[in-house]
Amino acid sequence: MSQRSAVINLYKNLLHLGKDYPQGFEYFRSRLKNAFQKNQAVSDKQEIQQLLNKGEYVIKELEALYMLKKYRTLKRRYYE
Amino acid sequence: MARVLVGVKRVIDYAVKIRVKPDKAGVITDGVKHSMNPFDEIAVEEAVRLKEKKIASEIIAVSCGPAQSQEIIRTALAMGVDRGIHVEVNNPEYENLQPLHISKIFAKLAQDEKIDIVIFGKQAIDDDCAQTAQMTAGLLNWPQAVFASKIEKTNDELTVTREIDGGLEIIKVKLPAILSADLRLNEPRYATLPNIMKAKKKPIKKITPKDLNVDTSPRIQILSVEEPPVRQAGAIVPDVNTLITKLKEKGHI
Repeated sequence: MSQRSAVINLYKNLLHLGKDYPQGFEYFRSRLKNAFQKNQAVSDKQEIQQLLNKGEYVIKELEALYMLKKYRTLKRRYYE
Repeated sequence: MARVLVGVKRVIDYAVKIRVKPDKAGVITDGVKHSMNPFDEIAVEEAVRLKEKKIASEIIAVSCGPAQSQEIIRTALAMGVDRGIHVEVNNPEYENLQPLHISKIFAKLAQDEKIDIVIFGKQAIDDDCAQTAQMTAGLLNWPQAVFASKIEKTNDELTVTREIDGGLEIIKVKLPAILSADLRLNEPRYATLPNIMKAKKKPIKKITPKDLNVDTSPRIQILSVEEPPVRQAGAIVPDVNTLITKLKEKGHI
């Protein structure tokens, strides 16, 4: 996969995750867009790779956040 | 290797504020975000882990409900389930579908598909019945290990740790068996976009309760659905003496 499509894929995957964001999809989308636009001038391959890795890290963090939020809500509802 | 059946239910998303219909016949579902019942996610995750540990050979996800239930089966497929069965039940029939009917459908499917392990979520977060797993076990006359928080396979048996009041209970069940997943069984994986795309190629079979010879006529009538009582406003008292007098008045001290 070319680096360009890797970036586009990352954006799409993050957008998909944003649908479940606690503060709403629009809140998430505008921030996501800003974050990508901030780095649009980056052309160094290594630097782009670093940013892609950071994006993957954010995906993992978001998944963990959702999991924890769900777990805590259910725990409060059914076990306390 | 075992063949596994998992039950998944489409419910109103856990984060949505539930509103009751003005005529008290039920809750408002139109235009409300729905997702997979969280306890069913745990059940699906456990099935997928059994497959990863080479204990399970094939996993089938089953959902009973209207056409939108297919989306929930898709989510299960994206998490790693092999194929889906959608038992189509439309409104108004679906509104009166009760755990007993679901159990009958699952009991039939478990026999037809030669299933060894059926895993359910311990309860759905909409009706909170927590009956389907138990009744399916009863109908099939299979052993049940419900509210499981740990599942291990030893030879032809499953060693299951169950969550009970104030502690844990460890039991052994022979296969075939019925399991239901408690909250602490595992941490379900997220259905990522690439996996959802790949899951579109996996097959979903569509059937009706009639195909399975299951009678879905209602056995219970819902009289009224009510909102929980609203918390009453508090009052601020000027000093300790008034507080004590007020508490005495109410008979708390």
